[in-house]
Amino acid sequence: MTDAAATNSRAVLEVEDLVVRYRIARGIVDTLQRRPKLRVHAVEGVSFALRGGEMLALVGESGCGKTTTAQTVLRLHEPDAGVIRFRGEDISRLPPRKLRELRRRLQIIYQDPYESLDPRFRVHATVEEPLIIHRLGSKAERHAEVLHALEQAGLDPPDLFVDRYPHELSGGQRQRVAIAASLVLHPDVLVADEPVSMLDVSVRAGVLAILSELRKSGLAILMITHDLSTAAHFADRIAVMYLGRIVEEGPAHDLIHNPQHPYTRALLSVVPKRDPRERTTPQILRGETPNAVRIPPGCRFNPRCPMAISECKEIDPELRRPAAATSAGHRAACIRV
Amino acid sequence: MTSAIEAAEAPEAPLDVRPGFLRSKVLRQPQTIAGLTVLVLFVLIALLSPLLAPDPKAQVGAVFEAPSGAHPLGTDGGGADMFKLLIAGARVSLIVGFAAAVVSALIGGSIGLLSGFFGGKVDTILMRFTDYVIVIPDVPLMIVAAALFGRSLTNIILIIGVIYWTTTARLIRSQVKSVRERVYVKRSRALGAGNTRLISKHVLPQVAPLLIANTVLLVAYAIFAETFITFLGLGDPSLISWGRLIENAFTDDALLNDAWWAIVPPGVCVACVVLACMMVGQATEDSLNPRLSVGHLSVRRFGLRAVPRREP
Amino acid sequence: MSVLTVSELHVWFELPGGRELHAVRGIDFSVDAGERFGLVGESGCGKTTAMLALMGLLPPNASVAGEVLLDGENLLVRGEESAAPHRWREIAMIFQGAMNAFNPVQTIGDQIVEPMELHDFAEGKQALARARELLEVVGIPGDRVSRYPHEFSGGMRQRAAIAMALACKPKVLLADEPTTALDVMVQAQILELLIALASDFGLALVLVTHDLPVVAQVCDRAAVMYAGIVAELGSVDRLYHDPRHPYTRLLFAATPDLYGADAVGSIPGAPPRLDRELIGCPFAPRCDRAFSPCPTVTPRLLEVEPGHIAACHLNDHAVVAAS
Repeated sequence: MTDAAATNSRAVLEVEDLVVRYRIARGIVDTLQRRPKLRVHAVEGVSFALRGGEMLALVGESGCGKTTTAQTVLRLHEPDAGVIRFRGEDISRLPPRKLRELRRRLQIIYQDPYESLDPRFRVHATVEEPLIIHRLGSKAERHAEVLHALEQAGLDPPDLFVDRYPHELSGGQRQRVAIAASLVLHPDVLVADEPVSMLDVSVRAGVLAILSELRKSGLAILMITHDLSTAAHFADRIAVMYLGRIVEEGPAHDLIHNPQHPYTRALLSVVPKRDPRERTTPQILRGETPNAVRIPPGCRFNPRCPMAISECKEIDPELRRPAAATSAGHRAACIRV
Repeated sequence: MTSAIEAAEAPEAPLDVRPGFLRSKVLRQPQTIAGLTVLVLFVLIALLSPLLAPDPKAQVGAVFEAPSGAHPLGTDGGGADMFKLLIAGARVSLIVGFAAAVVSALIGGSIGLLSGFFGGKVDTILMRFTDYVIVIPDVPLMIVAAALFGRSLTNIILIIGVIYWTTTARLIRSQVKSVRERVYVKRSRALGAGNTRLISKHVLPQVAPLLIANTVLLVAYAIFAETFITFLGLGDPSLISWGRLIENAFTDDALLNDAWWAIVPPGVCVACVVLACMMVGQATEDSLNPRLSVGHLSVRRFGLRAVPRREP
Repeated sequence: MSVLTVSELHVWFELPGGRELHAVRGIDFSVDAGERFGLVGESGCGKTTAMLALMGLLPPNASVAGEVLLDGENLLVRGEESAAPHRWREIAMIFQGAMNAFNPVQTIGDQIVEPMELHDFAEGKQALARARELLEVVGIPGDRVSRYPHEFSGGMRQRAAIAMALACKPKVLLADEPTTALDVMVQAQILELLIALASDFGLALVLVTHDLPVVAQVCDRAAVMYAGIVAELGSVDRLYHDPRHPYTRLLFAATPDLYGADAVGSIPGAPPRLDRELIGCPFAPRCDRAFSPCPTVTPRLLEVEPGHIAACHLNDHAVVAAS
């Protein structure tokens, strides 16, 4: 418990029991037949804490709620329930005027480097825009900030890039411009939504190294990714999501080498290894992740779980430290570990 | 093929307009060049008409004189030189055409922009209003409006402008809706940009080329509309326009006199300008949507070559 | 005995303005029946273009050179005329993003039947029965044949795309990034399916992807492509444990491994433009072991051991000694 208290005392971002549900539009037939209004339970009670200088990777398959969580944390989407705290202050219900102030401290970079930048803006204009929006600094000061941000993002020397248009840059370079545009406001938290999945393999490490380096200046990074290998190498902590819940979380190394939750284990076993000689038998789960409209009772993973017992249909497990865990921060939501 | 071309140029999202778009893509096409040449020619004629054709209504010959050396297009039902009348008529026709097109573009563009950007109730209300306007038959409306508000030049421009904006509104609305979903717009919003900034700096520049292309097409419609409004007798009687020339020809029984030179030339002028506008407008719209180029559909006609010799 | 042999394949594209893009610059490889061959490379290396050339599905501004021998017959010798009869009947392809390319207003069954009828393989009731069978083969219940694409999940649509490719019993199956847009669990299912199909039906499978670990786990042999050429070709084991081209080595190093502790590398720079003539080794500007001949002399593909070739001067003892 002391560990958790110590964690929370330095937490920049805390999320407690976040719930986000989307309404599905009903067709005429359904309305006339008075079928119940269906909702997509995108996020169903997610809690985590993010400390300064730390990179937390939120991993999971499509539909698990990781992107929705990230968007909601930034208040780009409204939560249905739960609390979001930024530096101790509750931001879940902030009015729009105060939200604008918040936008400076919480930034996001998107997956698609080819669509992230306005094709009509030169690099300088893109990176300068946040400063103009928040009316910070004189023209000269803004220019200095732009150059500095470009350097931090690895576009060195920055003068080479400031007058370029996005279509003159490669994917990796565009992503760096997007990073620079977020850094220019000196944020406290950066959400990176699949930052490298659309980049060539040879360029990915370069961009991730930039993000990694930024941790040293105290930036807290929430990285959304479906790529467990990337998370394993670059994140400090990993949280695995399934159908709107975190099913396992812990220090990256512990989670990868000593996974506890059956879903995590199955997921890790099907990640292809680089070495052709390492042909382990993958534990391929049958079927696909069910849609988040009708959640099964009990543990939401039980229909596909290779370790499920009858109790699993009744009990919805909480996150707690498994018996075989080697560190305090490693928790899993399974009654069998 | 896309992956191979990626090596030569970075991939671009379709419909996103880069700076220099007009210069590089649109103005290079032969259609645009031809169309613009014709339009510029007519605009010049219209601007210089007081110099080129002073006092066009003056009687210079007999009624319906056939074309001759002195009067290349003969005379009209009042003995005035047709050629001069044609030049003079260009002015009003083009003024009405361009002005009405601008009015339409402003109305349609604004409605489309607001509708597409804000969505929800604003969208529903504006689009239902648009549907309502579409349903009203244009010619009877024009007749009624002309009867009610008088037949001055300004009124004609407004009447035409107020009828033809609906297609523009729909077109701009769907374009705005799609631009609104672009990642860079979302990113700006996430940075804290307000609606004004998003619209003026990010959405409008992307939508502007389409609006321009559409406005050029509207010019074609407007000139044609002026022609038939005036032909129906609703135009300003004191002004010379191509439509008036055709109307005069009919009321003066040009057909009975076999005076084709009184009817055909104004019609040909209208057709030329309309065609030129269509060519420019269509070329611009097509350039905006690379998916419209159907070359890639005719696959399987690739060429064959010999294997190049390797250096020893 | 090779089912598919590609020799000296070149593809050029005419660009607006009179320039030419030399996208594929003379590649050679062969695949046996039942073998799983990988074609690996990053964006712009020409792997998808090469696959389209094998199918004869290139646009009018493209020209090809070289030979594509399918069971001894050259598919490209008379252009479309020689390629068309074999298309889908002997060589079929799962395109990139195939799972999103279904016609939303036709049932899956009708779309699987379509190639059968187009290529005179089967028609009517017989075709529909075969469509049902094919769905079962790819792991979808046969009664789904009358459902529409939107009723299928992404993974199932990809399986349906595979069924479509198998419709006319091809000997060669080209799969272009078949699992790129899928979750890792669904990816595992699809790859398992492709492996089973290759062995059960004796298909020659060519798997095109940028994902090295997928190739390492699924394929027996692979070719690494860069800037339109084959940089290295060999068994996946040798490619990983004894890479003879710096690009292969660096590419593996740039791929994070789940359990590996090594730092993940990156390769500086970008691939060369293919609308110009390339002098010397195309990888030289980015190579960490480039030496004197590299910028000016184009390396030839040399056999470093039986079945393992690489286009790098470092393997040429004479050149290394002379520098």
